[in-house]
Amino acid sequence: MTDKMLFNSLLNPGHSSCAGCGEILAMRHVLDAAGSNTIIVNATGCSEVTTSKFPTSSFKVPWIHANFENASAVAAGVWAALKTKRKILRGSSRFTSGLAPQDDKQKQAQDDKAGKINVMAWGGDGAFFDIGFGLLSGSWERGENILHVCFDNEAYMNTGVQASGATPFSANTTTTPPDTNSFGNELMKKDMIAIALAHRCVYAGTATIANVVDIENKVKKALTLAGPKYLQILVTCVPGWYTDAKDTIKIARLAQQTGVYPVVEFVNGELLDAVKCPVPRPKVEEYLKLQGRYKHLFKSDKGQVIIKKIQSMADENMEKYNLQ
Amino acid sequence: MKINLAVSPGTTKDCKTGNWRVYYPLIDHEKCIACGTCARVCPEGCVFPVKDEKSKKIYFEKDLDYCKGCGICAEECLVKAITMELERR
Ligand SMILES: Cc1ncc(C[n+]2csc(CCOP(=O)(O)OP(=O)(O)O)c2C)c(N)n1
Ligand code: SF4
Ligand code: SF4
Ligand SMILES: [Mg+2]
Repeated sequence: MTDKMLFNSLLNPGHSSCAGCGEILAMRHVLDAAGSNTIIVNATGCSEVTTSKFPTSSFKVPWIHANFENASAVAAGVWAALKTKRKILRGSSRFTSGLAPQDDKQKQAQDDKAGKINVMAWGGDGAFFDIGFGLLSGSWERGENILHVCFDNEAYMNTGVQASGATPFSANTTTTPPDTNSFGNELMKKDMIAIALAHRCVYAGTATIANVVDIENKVKKALTLAGPKYLQILVTCVPGWYTDAKDTIKIARLAQQTGVYPVVEFVNGELLDAVKCPVPRPKVEEYLKLQGRYKHLFKSDKGQVIIKKIQSMADENMEKYNLQ
Repeated sequence: MKINLAVSPGTTKDCKTGNWRVYYPLIDHEKCIACGTCARVCPEGCVFPVKDEKSKKIYFEKDLDYCKGCGICAEECLVKAITMELERR
């Protein structure tokens, strides 16, 4: 082998995410779809920790690490600063004359550029479903032109797999361990899309790492819309889901195909797209059995009851979004 | 006291994660149909197209400086042109 890679992505390798990490794969496609005119504000979590070990960064665009909870608030500041900058530029070029024509042109170009900069807030499910939820809600409420991207690996992975509001029913995490009388997480996953829609987000969508082209298309589409936006991407986590690294894509694909994780897209509150499930539709067992976090369900008759319940939840999704 | 926390773009590039690997992907250039699936699904983004100067055929290769050996490319290859082989150092 002679040639070496070209490094033409906006996210360089050499980061420290686990082999087979779904999150870093989603991040690369989101960023490359957004392009170089982008500023990212990143919450704490694997997306941040693995790409920013001091004194290095994987990013080739302006990127800032906020705290765990405040990515939305820092992004709001970035957005407000860009808006003000535009106002100042406009104030001195278009509306008050007296400048040399070449200065005018330069200012105009700067103004155009400031208007085209994408602001994104990135974080894990812990960051957006739980810890930064209030600040996310505030940003949506104020209608800021920010794309919030949630990398949903369904638990607090960076600190060792604690359950979050995104952890699905019956999954084993270190804070929801199965026992003789329990079957992992007893709570249901929060419906963040419904919450985003209740905030009148102009864009609210889900995707999975099984279809990276879909992720890119969704990011591009969302960025053409002005206003608050939310994209949630299901990303496989190898140590957190107790999976085989090679199965990262396969598992995410089954999440969509079984109806467990509906892939939908809402624009201005209207359901524009819902990815159909194949016929015949795979049973949820096929999805569950590839993941150690559901292993306990296959060990007893009671576990079979839980699996039936997960199947019925997937069936409900089929009805709700008309996925057949 | 002022601490400069800004760092240069893309600098994790200097960290060669290839030594994490236990298995490496071996790509059969004959079988490869150059669809680019492996490049899209690689978490490291370290798979890229190569043009064979003689035959003008395009095939894909990996940069072993960064490949962590996850095996996703081999699993997802549509024509099974990639196999994972034990790394011998
Ligand atoms: C206020 C606060 N609480 C706790 C932590 C510790 N902490 C750092 S990352 C993390 C988990 C992140 O989970 P998530 O947002 O789901 O991202 P993931 O690592 O799963 O991608 C936690 C709990 C912190 N940094 N700040
Ligand atoms: S713990 Fe999970 S999310 Fe974090 S780097 Fe590893 S695979 Fe990715
Ligand atoms: S084994 Fe994994 S890291 Fe290596 S080239 Fe294939 S997909 Fe990329
Ligand atoms: Mg998480």
